[in-house]
Amino acid sequence: MADSLRPAAATARGWGWRHAGRRRWAVSGLDLDIPAGQRVLLLGASGAGKSTLLRALAGVLGDEEDGEQTGSLLVDGVHPASARGRVGLVLQDPDAQVVLARVGDDIAFACENLGVPRDEIWRRVDAAIDAVGLRVGRGHPTAQLSGGQKQRLALAGILAMRPGLVLLDEPTANLDPEGAQSVRDAVLSATRGATLVVVEHRVDLWAAHMDRVIVLGEEGLIADGAPDEVFARFGSELTEAGVWVPGAAPWHSPRTRPTGPGARLLQATDLGVGRKAFGRRMPQVVASGIDLSVAAGRALAVTGPNGAGKSTLAMTVAGLLPAACGELAATDVLRDGAGADPVRWRSRELLTRIGMVFQEPEHQLLTARVRDELAVGPRALGIEGPELAARVDPLLERLRLTRLAAVNPFTLSGGEKRRLTVAAALATRPRMLVLDEPTYGQDARTWRELADLIDEVRDAGTAVVFVTHDPVLVAALADDQLRLDAAMAPGGVR
Amino acid sequence: MSALVAHPAARVASFNPVSKLVATLVMTVTLLLSIDPVSAGVTLAGVLVLMPFAGLPARMLWLRAWPLMLAAVIASAATVLYGRPAGETYVHWGLVHISDGSLQLALAILLRVLAISLPAIVLLSTTDPTDLADGLSQLLRLPSRFVLGALAGLRLVGLLVDDWRELSLARRARGVADTGRIRRFLGQAFALFVLAIRRGTKLATAMEARGFGAPGTRSWARPSRLRPRDAVLVAIAAAVAAASITISVAAGSWTFVWAL
Repeated sequence: MADSLRPAAATARGWGWRHAGRRRWAVSGLDLDIPAGQRVLLLGASGAGKSTLLRALAGVLGDEEDGEQTGSLLVDGVHPASARGRVGLVLQDPDAQVVLARVGDDIAFACENLGVPRDEIWRRVDAAIDAVGLRVGRGHPTAQLSGGQKQRLALAGILAMRPGLVLLDEPTANLDPEGAQSVRDAVLSATRGATLVVVEHRVDLWAAHMDRVIVLGEEGLIADGAPDEVFARFGSELTEAGVWVPGAAPWHSPRTRPTGPGARLLQATDLGVGRKAFGRRMPQVVASGIDLSVAAGRALAVTGPNGAGKSTLAMTVAGLLPAACGELAATDVLRDGAGADPVRWRSRELLTRIGMVFQEPEHQLLTARVRDELAVGPRALGIEGPELAARVDPLLERLRLTRLAAVNPFTLSGGEKRRLTVAAALATRPRMLVLDEPTYGQDARTWRELADLIDEVRDAGTAVVFVTHDPVLVAALADDQLRLDAAMAPGGVR
Repeated sequence: MSALVAHPAARVASFNPVSKLVATLVMTVTLLLSIDPVSAGVTLAGVLVLMPFAGLPARMLWLRAWPLMLAAVIASAATVLYGRPAGETYVHWGLVHISDGSLQLALAILLRVLAISLPAIVLLSTTDPTDLADGLSQLLRLPSRFVLGALAGLRLVGLLVDDWRELSLARRARGVADTGRIRRFLGQAFALFVLAIRRGTKLATAMEARGFGAPGTRSWARPSRLRPRDAVLVAIAAAVAAASITISVAAGSWTFVWAL
C-alpha cells in the first residue's frame, strides 16, 4: 500500500491561532513550507503550540467559535478542513481514540466516513493491518490490545484513508524502549511516500530518520533545518527551551550519595499483584514472585515492558491495592504504631508514611486552587493556620508555583500539573514516595526539575520508588532496580 | 460491561438486530397499553414457548434474569398489600389492604415485568452494539451522526469505570478517604464528569480527524441486510401481541392504562 500514497505539501503564511477565551496566542506569525514527501520532526517546549499546529494541519481546530485565526495555513493549496482524507492525525494517548469495538471496524471507520466503496474498504483495512505490523485479525476486540498495538491501530486507522500528510503527536511517548523502537519502524515503513510530521520529546529515537527538524518557541520558529545542523548550531538554546537534544549531557545529581544502606521501610516476599476486574471477587494477577525491599534514602526503579504490572505493583506497595498473593509488610520504622499491612491503614495514616503520585495527574486533583491542593494533605492531618502556611509556602516556592497559587489546577500545563501532584504528596512529609511514570511526556526542562526534586527528597532521607520507561531517569537516579517481565501469571487467581 | 457483550453463539444472534428490536418493541409496547393479567399472561406464555428457540444457555439467562425476577416479586408483593382496594376485602390492617383488586393488580404487574424483561434480556445479550448501529442507520435511516456518536460514547463507559476506580484510589492516597462518604462521592462524581467531558472532546476530535461528519455520502463497511427469517421473527412477535390483545379483550379484562 505504501507506493500508492501521494504526498501532500503544507504552507503557512503569517499563520496564528488563539483558542477562544484565551489571552495568549497558541501560535503566532508562523511562516513555513513543508514540501511534499518531507519527513519533519516538530519540536518545542510544552506550550509552544505543537499540538495546535498539528490539529490545524488536520483541519480539526474548529471555526470562529473555537478560536481566532490570522494568516493562512494550506494543505496542497486548500484549507485543511476541505482536504479531509488527505491528512491523517493521530493524537496523544491512542487509548482515547478508539472508536469501535473490533479492530477491522475501527480501521474501516475513516474510509466509511469518506464514502469509500465497500470492497475497497476491506482491501485497505487488510493492507493497513499488514503495513503497521498489527498481527491480529479484523474481528479482534480493540479493548484487548496492548499500548503498542493501540498505537499501531491508530496509525492503521489513518493509513486506510490513504493520506498524503501524516501527523503524529507523541506516537512513542508511553511505550517501553523496545516497543517504541518497533512502533517507530512501523511508522517509517508504513508512511513511506507520504509527508510525515512527528511531534516527539524523545529526539534520539527519531532524529536520524528525519529530513528536517523544526523547533517551535513561544515567539515563533527557534530553529529549522537538517537534524545534525540544527542540533550542532542551536544545541544550548534548544536545551534551554526544554527540547531534548541528542547527545546533550543528561542531568547529574549535584549531591554526594551517602554510603551504606538506609533503614528498611517495606519488605515484599514472593509478592503477587493484581486488580479485581469490575464485578469480580478475585484479582487478576499481573505479576508475581516479586521480592523487593524499600530503604530510607534510596531510590528503587521499577522497569519493564508495557503490561508487566508496574503500575499495579506501585499501587500495591503504596498501600492502595491489596496484595494478590505473597507477603508485603511495613517494618516498625515505617509502621510507627500502625499495622503491618499498608492497605489496612486508614487513608490519613498513609499520609505521613507513603505518598503516591499517579501517572495521570488529573485523577489526583481535588480542589479549585493550587494552594488548596497542597493544603489537602496537611489539613487532613489537622494542621492549620501558620503551621499550614509554613508547609505550603516553601513547596510553592521550590516548585516555581508561587505565581500560580490561586490558579485552578486543571488549567495548568502538563509539566506544572506534574510538579503540583509531586508537591502535594510531599506536603505531608511521607517517609516513602511512590511515583508512577513521573517523567512521561515531559519536556527536558520539567524533566530536570523533577529529577532534581526526586534527588533532593531522597537526599533528605525519604525512600523513593519510581515506575518508569525512561532509561535516562533510571541511569540518573536509581540506587536499586527491579525489572518486571511481561511473563504473565497464568489466569492468575489464587 | 459484560451486559453489553453479545452472545455470538446463540441462534437468535443471527437475526438482524433491527428485526429483534422491532419484535421486542411490538410485544412489549402492547403490554404497556393495558394493565391486566390476561394480556401479560398470554405474552409471557408466548415468550416462554419461544425461549428455547433463542439458543441462549439457560445459566446465562438465569444470571441476567434473576435480579429482574426478584424486582417483579417485590413489586407485586407490595401491590398485594397496598394496591388500590376493589371487590372483596380479605385482610384490612392499617394501611395494609388485601382485596380482589390488589391481588389482581399484583398478578398483572408480576406477569407484565417478566413478559417485558425476558425478551429485552435476550435482545441485549445477543446483540452487538456495532451491528445494531449499522442496522439503525442503514435500514431505519436514523442519522448516522447520532447513531455512531452514541456508539462511540458507549465505548467510553468502560474507560470511565477505570477512571472511577483510579479516582477512588487517588482519594485514599491523598488522605481524604476516611470520612465524609457522601461528600466524597459527590466530589468524585464531579471529577468523573469533568474527565468524561475531556475524553468525549478528545474522541470527537479524533473522529473528526478521520473524516467523521465530512460532507458527502457515507459508505458502510458492514452491510446490514434483512433476510426472510427477520420477517418471520417480526411476524411471530406481531402474532403474540395480537393474540394477547384479542384474548384479553374477549375475556373482558383489557383495561387501558389511562382508564385506571
